[in-house]
Amino acid sequence: MLVSTKWLSEYVNIEGIAVADLAEKITRSGIEVDSIIDRSHDMTNVVVGYVVECVKHPEADKLNICQVDVGEETTQIICGASNVAAGQKVIVARPGAVLPGGMKIKKAKLRGEESNGMICSLQELAIEGKLVPKAYAEGIYVLPESAVPGSDALPLLGLDDQVLEFDLTPNRSDALSMIGVAYEVGAILSQGIQLPEITYTASNEKAEDMLKLRIDAKEDNPMYVAKVVKNVKVEASPLWLQNRLMAAGVRPHNNVVDITNFVLMEYGQPLHAFDYDRLETGEIAVRLAEQGEKITTLDDAERTLEAHQLVITNGKEPVAIAGVMGGLNTEVHDGTTTVVIESAYFAPGSVRRTSRELGLRSDASTRFEKGVDPNRVEAAAERAAQLMAEIAGGEVLAGSVIVDELDKTPVRITVSPDYINNRLGMKIPLEEMLAILDGLQIPTEAVNGKLIIDAPTRRQDLRIQEDIIEEIARMYGYDLIPMTLPVTESTPGGLSPYQSKRRTVRAFLEGAGLYQALTYSLTSKEQAQSYALETAPVTELLMPMSEDRSILRQSLIPHLLEAATYNVARRMESVALYETGSVFLGEQEDGLPQEVEHVAAVITGKWVDHAWQAETKSVDFFVLKGIVEGMMDSLGLVEGLSFEQTVLDGMHPGRTANIFQNGKRIGLIGQIHPTEQKKRDLKNTYVMEMNLAKILAIETDELLYVPVPRFPSSSRDIALVVSSGTSAGMLRDVIRSAGGKLLKDVRLFDLYEGDNVEEGKKSLAFSLTYADPERTLTDEEVVKAHGKVLNALTTEAGALLRG
Amino acid sequence: MEAQLELLKVEALAKIEAASDVKSLNDVRVAYLGKKGPITDLLKGMGKLPAEERPKIGALVNVIRESVTEILEDRMAKLEELAINEQLEKESIDVTLPGRPARTGNHHPLTRVVEEIEDFFISMGYEIAEGPEVEKDYYNFEALNLPKGHPARDMQDSFYISEDILLRTHTSPVQARTMEAKGGAPIKIICPGKVYRRDSDDATHSHQFTQIEGLVIGEDIRMSDLKGTLSLFAKKMFGDEREIRLRPSFFPFTEPSVEMDISCFKCGGDGCNVCKKTGWIEILGAGMVHPNVLKMAGYDPAVVSGFAFGMGPERIAMLKYGVEDIRHFYTNDVRFVSQFHRTEA
Repeated sequence: MLVSTKWLSEYVNIEGIAVADLAEKITRSGIEVDSIIDRSHDMTNVVVGYVVECVKHPEADKLNICQVDVGEETTQIICGASNVAAGQKVIVARPGAVLPGGMKIKKAKLRGEESNGMICSLQELAIEGKLVPKAYAEGIYVLPESAVPGSDALPLLGLDDQVLEFDLTPNRSDALSMIGVAYEVGAILSQGIQLPEITYTASNEKAEDMLKLRIDAKEDNPMYVAKVVKNVKVEASPLWLQNRLMAAGVRPHNNVVDITNFVLMEYGQPLHAFDYDRLETGEIAVRLAEQGEKITTLDDAERTLEAHQLVITNGKEPVAIAGVMGGLNTEVHDGTTTVVIESAYFAPGSVRRTSRELGLRSDASTRFEKGVDPNRVEAAAERAAQLMAEIAGGEVLAGSVIVDELDKTPVRITVSPDYINNRLGMKIPLEEMLAILDGLQIPTEAVNGKLIIDAPTRRQDLRIQEDIIEEIARMYGYDLIPMTLPVTESTPGGLSPYQSKRRTVRAFLEGAGLYQALTYSLTSKEQAQSYALETAPVTELLMPMSEDRSILRQSLIPHLLEAATYNVARRMESVALYETGSVFLGEQEDGLPQEVEHVAAVITGKWVDHAWQAETKSVDFFVLKGIVEGMMDSLGLVEGLSFEQTVLDGMHPGRTANIFQNGKRIGLIGQIHPTEQKKRDLKNTYVMEMNLAKILAIETDELLYVPVPRFPSSSRDIALVVSSGTSAGMLRDVIRSAGGKLLKDVRLFDLYEGDNVEEGKKSLAFSLTYADPERTLTDEEVVKAHGKVLNALTTEAGALLRG
Repeated sequence: MEAQLELLKVEALAKIEAASDVKSLNDVRVAYLGKKGPITDLLKGMGKLPAEERPKIGALVNVIRESVTEILEDRMAKLEELAINEQLEKESIDVTLPGRPARTGNHHPLTRVVEEIEDFFISMGYEIAEGPEVEKDYYNFEALNLPKGHPARDMQDSFYISEDILLRTHTSPVQARTMEAKGGAPIKIICPGKVYRRDSDDATHSHQFTQIEGLVIGEDIRMSDLKGTLSLFAKKMFGDEREIRLRPSFFPFTEPSVEMDISCFKCGGDGCNVCKKTGWIEILGAGMVHPNVLKMAGYDPAVVSGFAFGMGPERIAMLKYGVEDIRHFYTNDVRFVSQFHRTEA
């Protein structure tokens, strides 16, 4: 909403208040003023000129040499506009003028001819092209004949004005009109306001004798007021009216249309003007459209209507889409002589739906959607009739044609001052409350210590006690509310075990060298299930904005891979990222997908990069596996953790494993398949994804201290040769189970394949540690336990012992 | 015999003097003082001496041995010092060479902001509540006083999955769910999470972003409690000198509704580019829980009241760290994320 302060001052006295201060007061008490537009742009030396003579420039076809009376002198100005002509009053920027774009006007010579200034278009005075009347859209602007040469052109054009740009919240539709703004400003400044006085002389002829009105859809259209004005002369509006509209961001057309728009801006009540003769039937009938019915709207587009959409008809065919846009067939034109003014209440929901379905939003529809003031419907029609009489020379027929079943009773709200003060934590006296409500012109009575309020229909946001609390608080001033803290049962607060363990996981992974990533939940159809630990029916958007963001993901890996590619492409070749986030699986009983929190990581490039001491190491499976083990250890879950080789789509078949915890699959880990890596411009890249929700739900034992061993341990090394396919994990398990309770630790310290080892075999070396917490083991005891291990390795694992 | 001893001493001292390192000095020690050395030999030969001479010669041998030992130890100490100095010299390094990098990662800046907010409110006795990102229209809108067809739904163009299910457009449905679940009991929660709106991604919009909200419900919760809580929060998050101001606003789920500005943490309120010359920065929206919201969740608005507030971690991170483009939070450029590793005390 653009609020011209010049226009506003017709309803409320704002003299003596700096516009910036006014804006601040309005903002602080309820309506955010986004910006202040100074329409003068500090222009000077812009005056009215009279084109005394205009001849073609001998050297240039497109230029005209004009002799212009600028008051103190008649001077020569070269003008390139095609519509300049002798006898016009025009806008002249004199030498020394600075125009809004920063253009400085100087004396100049154009093709040998002197030019002392510039004849201006409205655009050159910073009026948006879309607001300039069509007749002058392509050339200079022509002022009315009454303009006085040499006088300042800015006040004449209403440009000595500052406009407040409101950022209105949806509840404050009352401020979508100048009068509504006046009520607000009046309250802020503790002043009354001046409403327009509507007086005109009506003819003897009655409107109802010329026009029939029938409403067949009263739910969507409970009130309709039609007035008939005869003998109008359609022409350009007077300058003041055009100025008002342009300041409000509306393009002037002709006086009849401009009056409807003016009243729309003034009262917040959208109006429509029909050409009575073009209606043909002398009838207005409002009904729901027939399915597939067509109408060509004012923007020259043919619209196909649906059965729930409300239309105005002439009894036969649609002449307007109610509250949204008029029809071309009954548009007011230069030859129009009789006008029907429509002022109606259309149900907000109906207009909103239709405007959305047709993709048509207008100043009218935005107001109807929010609900116009029922008590202004008729007044607005009268105001328009008055202006048509005054400006367009019209003869207003007596009375209106009205159908009115609209409830206009105000909402009554009863609230006690104590309730208001308790909710605010304040002690505002009753008199103060009454004064505030009085300032807002909200009728209030204090009865038995309670406020009884009849909320004005213009303020549709006032419905309940809390709305009154807000009115009082905002006008009293939020700055005056004291600062206290809630007095409630004292609660410990804190993280849940799940949340706390999730922080542990993050801290571990970051400590291990991974940066936390945050990627999108929405992905493409192809990627939604790639690398998923578990797949289920996908969750798809009804109306995605793009194919790439159309489905909810079931794996975090694809977007982490994208992030890796993004970094590698920017020469960050070593990437280590992790993410915790939800995947979305299938549909639960309540219709929502199951959201399962996962943790995933991607690593590529160098893991250790310390070249000058010859310490560099590329990422590999075991780097990431170590991180997974460490992460599980930080949760007390490393016991029972196992990895089992597997084959998964998109993964390297020899370097991929499922991760289990006590036999339950909780994740996957491995290298991205080389062809997939290539597709993504990645070198060797390893990923893991685990079901974090499942992991964090596992309850672990309390952390209890185990005594530090007081007796020395003994260690024994074993070197084995086994077939290449034998897994180290299996050998370790054999050693562990044979070693009994004296075996405290098993560590692989060597792995070798190649020279000196038979083809198809490999050599491994383990270091075993034996100890008893209660005493020092004797050599015989160690030999005995170790002998069992050696025996098991040969018999159970088919290992050949070396050396 | 005495002369022989003196000669030995002179000889030994000369050898000690000549020894240039620890090893050769040790050889001298073994040669003269060792079990097979001449002094030991002399002591062994004492048996041949007449009994009355033995004590005299014995004492003399001991004196010579002690004196040689003492001089040798002195010399040894000097040579050892020399040796260690030589070793230290050799071991000297260029301390300006780069260190071996200690690998580490860090929080995403949004997590950092969220955890900072969480931790402040945890210290005030709040719990952290979370909820689904795919939400029912009921919890996302209706339970928050946004019935179907409500004009404020315009502000929140949403990603729908079906007519009744959508990606949540704010974290407020977690409040609605918590209220419903608490069955009338008091509440103090913070709800962080991802939210989604149908916006094209650009420097200031992201179809996915994060929110963090707070909710307090109890008997006689007042607007002054909201103001006091937010003021403490602003000081904790943005510095002790921060002042707050509340401006009227509108949210369907609160009444009255306000927006909170803080005095600019960059210029202190004088006006700069961060606060767009106003001295104030808009940080969050808040208000008293709308009675309809309370009612729908089974609370009696005549007895129970509450306040709620919500803010965008992206906005806070952008303001705090001077990030100019919201997309940085979602591209996961390591050169961006890795900047948020250090403390800010």
